[in-house]
Amino acid sequence: MKTENQKAWFFVLPVLFLVAFNALVPIMTVVNYSVQETFGNNVFFWQGLDWFEQILRSDRFQAALGRQFLFTFLILIIEIPLGIIIALSMPKKGMWVPVCLVLMALPMLIPWNVVGAMWNIFTLPKIGLLGYFMNDVLGIAYDMTQNPFAAWVTIIVMDVWHWTSLVVLLSYAGLVSIPDAYYQAAKIDGASPWKVFRYIQLPKMKTVLTIAILLRFMDSFNIYTEPFVLTGGGPGNSTTLLSIDLVKIALGQFDLGPAAAMSLIYFAITLLVSWLFYTLMTKDDAQ
Amino acid sequence: MKKRSLIPILYIAFLMLPIYWLVAMSFKTTNEILSGFSLFPQTFTLDNYKVIFTDPSWYWGYINSIIYVSMNTVISVAVALPAAYAFSRYRFLGDKQLFLWLLTNRMAPAAVFALPFFQLYSSVGLFDTHIAVALAHCLFNIPLAVWILEGFMGGVPKELDETAYVDGYSFPRFFIVIFLPTIKAGVGVAAFFCFMFSWVELLLAKTLTAVQAKPIAAEMTKTASSAGYELGLLAAAGTLTIIPGAIVIYFVRNYIAKGFALGRV
Repeated sequence: MKTENQKAWFFVLPVLFLVAFNALVPIMTVVNYSVQETFGNNVFFWQGLDWFEQILRSDRFQAALGRQFLFTFLILIIEIPLGIIIALSMPKKGMWVPVCLVLMALPMLIPWNVVGAMWNIFTLPKIGLLGYFMNDVLGIAYDMTQNPFAAWVTIIVMDVWHWTSLVVLLSYAGLVSIPDAYYQAAKIDGASPWKVFRYIQLPKMKTVLTIAILLRFMDSFNIYTEPFVLTGGGPGNSTTLLSIDLVKIALGQFDLGPAAAMSLIYFAITLLVSWLFYTLMTKDDAQ
Repeated sequence: MKKRSLIPILYIAFLMLPIYWLVAMSFKTTNEILSGFSLFPQTFTLDNYKVIFTDPSWYWGYINSIIYVSMNTVISVAVALPAAYAFSRYRFLGDKQLFLWLLTNRMAPAAVFALPFFQLYSSVGLFDTHIAVALAHCLFNIPLAVWILEGFMGGVPKELDETAYVDGYSFPRFFIVIFLPTIKAGVGVAAFFCFMFSWVELLLAKTLTAVQAKPIAAEMTKTASSAGYELGLLAAAGTLTIIPGAIVIYFVRNYIAKGFALGRV
């Protein structure tokens, strides 16, 4: 049991100060921009909620939001089951376990723009291994700078390559925490592999899977650098995800008002969906 | 059992292919790269690496990155330790709300913060310094470190604290001499994740630096502009960015899986 102690606040103060400095000041700047219009020279006019209305109604924002949801949906639907399957088929102990874990974690430690550049080199027609293999060996026309479908497949495969290991590591951590006795009991009862998975392994992985799904949601929803380096949002606007569009508006066109309004809407959606996931996945525990 | 191990093997092969291609490319000459496809480097060359190790603007990129990543890791873990202890041992006014608020910062899209961060750090005179990037990365690394450490500390029975106080330990002495060694795996895992997320982040690091503290990842964009598109050089620089991560991960290989498993949701 935890004891009541208001002095514990002193322990939290450094964290509070550092995070607040980084979070509150910038978010207030954004709020400030989002309700004003400027024609340069630091002259600002009160704009009210016009930017928000304009952004929410604009086809451009809705299209980017749609692409973003599609991307995140595909990422979750592929990476979570794939991660679980790989974790289930890994050896529980032995000398190969650390080797597997190190090799699997490697993609996560590569800077994000290097990931984009690496996949760019990998997929170049004629020059890249994948580009050459697809075009010249299999005879499938594959060029992600021309074909929107190829660009989509490439950013999805890149993200699967980059982040499935996170799901694997988390699921694996949940799996190795199951005592052998559980499996022996299941064996005596003659439980099928599916039943073992459904009633022993899956419940034990629930906590870590909740974390995995939340993290994968947040990070894929906020993704910027990798697709930006790989496709630049193209061909056309086909892979312009929400962050890429936001940076285009804020730093490219320097439309600070609309960009700020869009930032706040973006952040609100991320928070809302994370909260929904969290509530849905932990509701059984509350009962 | 044999058939089952095929899945991890195939998966690892899939992970290694693009990395192999990057490394192979870094040993090729620009001519060989552009002249057509070759699975292995035909004319093995170290020229690309030579450029990086002799040009200060290149190798300083690495040093800059390592400086701010180390600073960030130390700051994040140092301030997260007492906070995580408070969260795991005490109830205080607004503790749950504070914990949740911390985690929401992990969800903020970096793109949202890029411009305000530039203005904030310019106005306090820290633009283009290592500490600016280190502090900016605290935004998402401190919440993560608090979360991981709190999970590990929650697993340590409270009797340990009480016995130490009965034995006459002061709080700082108990924390350093007894408590820290007990959760050293947690500290390792938290440090690992802070290192990882600071090392791979580019958008904020690039926004907050110009020359003095420019990270290697930003340095790489110049291969595209200077003399055409030097793929070999780009590949060599990319290959070198994998090495620090690989070293760090080797040290925590036995703990990494546990890191999040013990965190509470």
